[in-house]
Amino acid sequence: MKVTLKVFRFNAETDYLPHYDTIEMEVDKKDVVLDVLNRIKWEHDGSFTYRRSCRHGICGSCAIKVNGRSTLACKERMVDMIELFGNELTLEPVSKKRVVKDMVVDKADFWKKYATVKPWLEAEIEEHPTMENIVSPQDAEKLEEADYCIQCGCCYYACPAVEVNEEYLGPAAFEKAYRFTADVRDHAKKERLEIVDILGQGVWDCVKCYECAEACPKHIDPIGKITKLHNQIFEEGVAKSNVATRHAVGFEKSIKKHGILDEGHLVAYSEGFGVLKHVPEALEMFKKGKIVMPWNMPKSKNLDEIKKLVEISSTVKF
Amino acid sequence: MSKLRYALYTGCTARESTPELLKSTLAVAKKLDIELVLLDEASCCGASHLQDFDNFLSLVLNARNLCYAEKRGLDMVTICNTCQLNTAMTKERLDSDPALKAKVNEKLKEVGLEYKGTSNVRHFLYALIEDYGHENLRAKVVKPLSSLNIAPFYGCHNIRPSELHHHFNRTAENPYNPTSLDELIEALEGNSVDYAHKNKCCGFHVDLQAPKTSNMLTGNAIFDAMDNNADVMVTPCPLCHLNLDVKQKAAAKTVGRELPNPMPILHLPQLIGLALGCTPEELGLQHHVTEVPA
Repeated sequence: MKVTLKVFRFNAETDYLPHYDTIEMEVDKKDVVLDVLNRIKWEHDGSFTYRRSCRHGICGSCAIKVNGRSTLACKERMVDMIELFGNELTLEPVSKKRVVKDMVVDKADFWKKYATVKPWLEAEIEEHPTMENIVSPQDAEKLEEADYCIQCGCCYYACPAVEVNEEYLGPAAFEKAYRFTADVRDHAKKERLEIVDILGQGVWDCVKCYECAEACPKHIDPIGKITKLHNQIFEEGVAKSNVATRHAVGFEKSIKKHGILDEGHLVAYSEGFGVLKHVPEALEMFKKGKIVMPWNMPKSKNLDEIKKLVEISSTVKF
Repeated sequence: MSKLRYALYTGCTARESTPELLKSTLAVAKKLDIELVLLDEASCCGASHLQDFDNFLSLVLNARNLCYAEKRGLDMVTICNTCQLNTAMTKERLDSDPALKAKVNEKLKEVGLEYKGTSNVRHFLYALIEDYGHENLRAKVVKPLSSLNIAPFYGCHNIRPSELHHHFNRTAENPYNPTSLDELIEALEGNSVDYAHKNKCCGFHVDLQAPKTSNMLTGNAIFDAMDNNADVMVTPCPLCHLNLDVKQKAAAKTVGRELPNPMPILHLPQLIGLALGCTPEELGLQHHVTEVPA
């Protein structure tokens, strides 16, 4: 198979703007993306720069973007990329904003946020134990795949919330926080949950786009862990009453009352006094017939069933 | 082709802040002779927020909604990407985990219902493409959209997570390069606009707690469409629509750019309806905050 590669080139020390090199090459069906990166360096331009180490999907060094898709270069086969995108492929670093040279980015932001959740076990373990510290298979299962993370940054640099909000810790840090909040040996569960509960940096700023789940080369499902952190925040009594927590709880209140969601009530309940800032927008919507008044609020048929189900199935209080 | 029949899960938005979505969906179904049975018993899907508070309750309520499609012996169609995600995700979890299904059914039994797993659930977009087909749709076009540059905005929850999508749809949508809406636009003889943000997030889900994030994402999408000469954007998701339509000015302000002309935002069935010869009133175009020029 012949492919045309558009390769992002930039040297932060010498270049004002990036450019793209166009390279054509034959690829074999057993080639992974990393083979192509190697060939660019070895056969086309020795100055081409990228990170690589293990070639076994473990070290997390070689993450790049192929046609905008976060890709662990040593794991992804070229045939699959060609099947997805055709024979013209664009190779770029995971974050163009943070390029040092070509495919190499400065991951300082990633590591700083990663460290925020204290990515280590907080436990009193004897220095010279006489017995093993055994975790039962059932308890180990609670981590799900959370300890498979290789810190490659694929999810983090695919996250649109990270892109527009510098404070936001992002999917990799949350995934790691869950790896410890789900660990029965850990003593810092509440402390970690408090960190990820903070508005602006925490899980409440997740936009629910599923880019992280799509990007993860280890199939860890970071957003699934974000949901679990939300749940733990309520279960452990860490949740404070604020616009984000009330936004989640408001759904239960509405459903219990109407079956369907009362949009107006949800905004008012979530915002509290802050609802006033929505007045101009609400007026515009009202003029266009987009606001249902409380006395016209539709209700689901068989509402009694819904009320009963909420009553008997509810597992959390707030 | 035998008459297509589906159970329509309208979702809440189509009954409140986007009445034009329900109106245009029913108008298009009528034109295409597709029967949509309204699931009036259905509750809210929880919009991916209820699950953050109470995951189990979210499963029970979504399973109940599916029960009513099953009772009618029909496959369910949704007209909101987030309803689709929540319903499909519930179905997938229950169908693959008999213990969880039993636990949910224990609750449903209390109200005389049982979730069996017999009804599929797809967004109306995919039901239309997969069951009705582009060619049949093309044959129904009376007002080709050939003068329009149309930017499709896919909306996250119809294309991601792709594994879930592929479980319920025959369309092999690539979340990094989706084509279903582009193909539909071509079938309606419009010009589809290619732009980088077509598969990106609009930020709707953090509208309340992180308005800056939400406005930035919405603004970036609108300006990208505009920079690529779009006359109009179209989306299959009413939540994306709310952000793109209602928040358009606020979004432009947040990203710090002027909108020379407002960008009209159409719901998918409105676009189809225009090509099929429905009137603007039938499609509820008067309900938009960002005016749709005649």
